[in-house]
Amino acid sequence: MVDHIELLRLIEKNARLTPEEIAVMLDADAREVEDEIARLTEEKIILGYTTEINWEKTYPDHVTAMIEVRITPVRNQGFDHISNILSQYDKVTACYLMSGGFDLMLIYEDDNLKDIASFVYEKVATLEGVLSTATHFILRKYKANGIRFDEEKIDDRQAIVL
Amino acid sequence: MSIDYDNKISKCVQAVPPSAIRKFFDMASEMKGVISLSIGEPDFVTPWNIREAGINSLIDGYTHYSPNAGYSDSKKAITSYISRRYGVDYDPNGEVLITVGGSEGIDLAARALIDPGDEVIIVEPCFVAYKAAVMFAHGVPVVVETRQEDDFKLKAEDLEAKITPKTKMIILGFPSNPTGAVMTMEDLAPIKELLLKYPDIIVVSDELYCELNYITDTPSSLVKFEELRDRVIMINGFSKSYAMTGFRIGYAVGPQELIAPMTKIHQYCIMCAPSMAQVALVTAAYESDDEVREMRDEYNRRRRVILKGLQDAGLQCFTPYGAFYAFPSIKSLGISSEEFCEKFLMSKKVAIVPGNAFGQCGEGHVRISYAASMENIKTAMERIAEFTDELRKG
Repeated sequence: MVDHIELLRLIEKNARLTPEEIAVMLDADAREVEDEIARLTEEKIILGYTTEINWEKTYPDHVTAMIEVRITPVRNQGFDHISNILSQYDKVTACYLMSGGFDLMLIYEDDNLKDIASFVYEKVATLEGVLSTATHFILRKYKANGIRFDEEKIDDRQAIVL
Repeated sequence: MSIDYDNKISKCVQAVPPSAIRKFFDMASEMKGVISLSIGEPDFVTPWNIREAGINSLIDGYTHYSPNAGYSDSKKAITSYISRRYGVDYDPNGEVLITVGGSEGIDLAARALIDPGDEVIIVEPCFVAYKAAVMFAHGVPVVVETRQEDDFKLKAEDLEAKITPKTKMIILGFPSNPTGAVMTMEDLAPIKELLLKYPDIIVVSDELYCELNYITDTPSSLVKFEELRDRVIMINGFSKSYAMTGFRIGYAVGPQELIAPMTKIHQYCIMCAPSMAQVALVTAAYESDDEVREMRDEYNRRRRVILKGLQDAGLQCFTPYGAFYAFPSIKSLGISSEEFCEKFLMSKKVAIVPGNAFGQCGEGHVRISYAASMENIKTAMERIAEFTDELRKG
């Protein structure tokens, strides 16, 4: 029996583990692991696999913005209507409903500042129901999805400790 | 005229042999680009909440001596932890001594109890400090060996065979460094029965790895037997389970009559354990169960990968259920532990420790630590399979 929480935590950190490798780590059968991953995918608990990339290192023009959006909820649909529209854009990599002073938080990634600006005033601000926006640009990423960007792992332990 | 230093150095200190594997140690220390599965300390950095508590202690000015046995809050944190995890209650006033790591506790117990010529039974293979501590205290170490066929557990009959009228004390450490063996309460029951027959023998139980146990939910220990409570000193600490080796913080708990003389030595030699680390341990004891569990789960996964790797390499290994070591047998390859480790280091650049470093009965085995990254473990296991294959082909 595969502990699905432990399985999810493992592949959340490293999606490239093979079922065979996971099976050894969890003291399970590779077939069971495969079946469990299939079930979790079917139930849309596992939604996809991505790669964390430090774009700054290879593509300095890459820009990430966090866009706060205040909106008027639509009758019967609440915030879902506008969040659904905004989530359609490929460059919107995340869309969250927030508590606090605004309603939606968008993470938007693009090649230059201008494109982000035009997205905000042409696509977002003009949407019916959007009251206001505030755009914040990410200057530097130190950590994302649990991964430290600037961390150098140095093992300074003694060569042998008895 | 030069000084004859040999004449100056105490005979007792000279009698303690240098580590059995000094040559190998030097070799491994000097080589670059080595994968080290030879390290008996966690690869994890101390959990952030504990480090933060240490930092805050400095901000708050905890830079003075503490009372000899430790801060009251720190002692309470320890007794509360033991009560929660072991179900055994100790009085924070008098039954706890906070030490500089577990090693100080072992040394103190030895010095507080041993008179010249007293015999102390040591369960080997074991942590290297036990024998030395006994000898520094002018005691006579008497070795009882554990065996692979018994899963390196201590057998009551083997222990009894070593008991003489001179036996003052027994030192045992489970979960075991280097074997990874765990003694469950069932395994300990016959030991308890035996000890009841010998009511004068004191037990020092080193339980530094108590939280790194992959078979039972709670630590097993002789202190859980009420009948033995008046003569078991538990040595424990935060180094291994909480990844706090550099904090140098441990403790001894036991009956006041035994803790008091240990405190006397500690008071004159050490004064007190580091204040900063004593504050940090409060956070460790009360608020770090999740962090410990995460580390334990990761060790457990690595343990399984190592065991599979050893199996694939055709090396026989009993299943270790504790600490972060595997102790496979290399006897089938017809070479000594030391030769195996030296050749493995030279040809495959992986460092592991010859079993004889932990006592003669460790010969024929090697200690593989899985306090190393999964990536390094996987690479090392591929290399050990190649290496054993080459050895077999001659």
